[in-house]
Amino acid sequence: MLTDFGRILVFMVVSVIFVIGAILAAKLVRPSRPSKEKLMTYECGEDTIGSPWVKFNLRFYVVALIFLIFDVEIVLLIPWALVYKEFGLQGFLIGGIFLFLLGLGMAYEWRKGDLEWIRPKPVPPVLKKEPSTVKVEVQA
Amino acid sequence: MTYDFFSKLFGSDLIAALIQSLLPLFIFILPYALFAVWWERKVSAHMQDRLGPMRVGWHGALQTIADILKLFQKEDIVASSIDKPLFNIAPVLMFVGTYAAFAAIPFSSVFIGSNLDLGVFFIVAVSGFSVAAILMAGWASDNKYSLIGAMRSAAQIISYEIPTILVIITIVMVTGTLNLTTLSEMQTGHFWNWMILGGPGSSLSKFLLIPSMILGFGIIYISTLAEVNRTPFDIPEAESELVAGYHTEYSGMKFAMFFLAEYANMLAVSSVVAALFFGGYQSPCGYLGNLIGLKWLIPIEQIFWFTAKGLFFVFVQMWLRWTLPRLRVDQLMNTCWKYLIPLAFVNLIIIGLITLI
Repeated sequence: MLTDFGRILVFMVVSVIFVIGAILAAKLVRPSRPSKEKLMTYECGEDTIGSPWVKFNLRFYVVALIFLIFDVEIVLLIPWALVYKEFGLQGFLIGGIFLFLLGLGMAYEWRKGDLEWIRPKPVPPVLKKEPSTVKVEVQA
Repeated sequence: MTYDFFSKLFGSDLIAALIQSLLPLFIFILPYALFAVWWERKVSAHMQDRLGPMRVGWHGALQTIADILKLFQKEDIVASSIDKPLFNIAPVLMFVGTYAAFAAIPFSSVFIGSNLDLGVFFIVAVSGFSVAAILMAGWASDNKYSLIGAMRSAAQIISYEIPTILVIITIVMVTGTLNLTTLSEMQTGHFWNWMILGGPGSSLSKFLLIPSMILGFGIIYISTLAEVNRTPFDIPEAESELVAGYHTEYSGMKFAMFFLAEYANMLAVSSVVAALFFGGYQSPCGYLGNLIGLKWLIPIEQIFWFTAKGLFFVFVQMWLRWTLPRLRVDQLMNTCWKYLIPLAFVNLIIIGLITLI
């Protein structure tokens, strides 16, 4: 007897076989005439300059981190939502506290500027300058 | 259920599961992809006052078949500097993630790949495969366009997953189930039982739910649009700056697999939205089979309604492509983190309060 997830495994195996089968079937028909120019990395027809495997914008990393926090909290919210109706007001308050903390975290990230794609540069504190008391003497 | 029918017919669960898993691919996704590629070209052409493909078959209806034959014969160029194992795994993983989602989508009351209790949760989880596949493809290609496209795409998909799940949670709170078949069965009868109109029944909370549900539908439609990288969220594949995004280096059949997965993904998210808010496979106005007393007609009608709703939302996706300009990358992230997620949170709390009544 196959379980529900067993059937999904069959689905996945079938799709793997379909993709590999299609690619292999095309191999029987298609030509293969590689040349030096063909095997170069595509860069709009110009010769390739450098490698893309270099330093990358750090913002992507920050977005992934924020996503991770939210995703974990959402996984915790789903069981709560499933039995939500059985617990009434109590359930709402428990979820409410959780959501409130989540909202606080979000507000903090927002205030810190982590949600901006172009992060605002930190403005260094500027000392207030006293109005200069030294008078410029103008010589007549 | 068709599964029980096949397992009785062949006396083996494995054969039944195999047939069950081949059916959606061959009677649903491949014909749909053939149709949708042609349909997209026709829709875009007519919106721009052109004719689109006209030569092959009636109004170019066989154009896609000709394209596939051409792709079949194309040389598979594998650049010398790529990371070969990852490069080859990526298209497989992309299609697996998309196709596994179809396993939990009910096509009609008698046909569903696997009637999971986790339903929607499983679909959301398995769609994460495509993020991994996109990152693999972009990284392995050793191409600047691919890498930038893949990074943008991954950031976009994971960001927009949060509003999607938040809206799904509101539905789960109201209905108390994650199973898509149960959800669709709840919305049976006429269109006023659909979740977009507050769900079944005629209590006060149903009418109070209507504005929140419409807002929830708006949020989930926008974010699924972003999850499948369609305009106005197509910055990962912006053809005028990144050539083709993460699949720039792919050619021949491997490219075709990416293309197929992309179109299948469009249908998958559309049918999930339809199942959540628009009654899934349920007819909006009763069944002809009930009217004339032919019970076997009902599943066929259900498949018709399911296809019609799915294709309608796919059509809206195409329509939006030629209506809205592309968003910039910072605008994209702002839309998600500063508008959709706070709105979805407020919506969640409002729906929570209404369900208490």
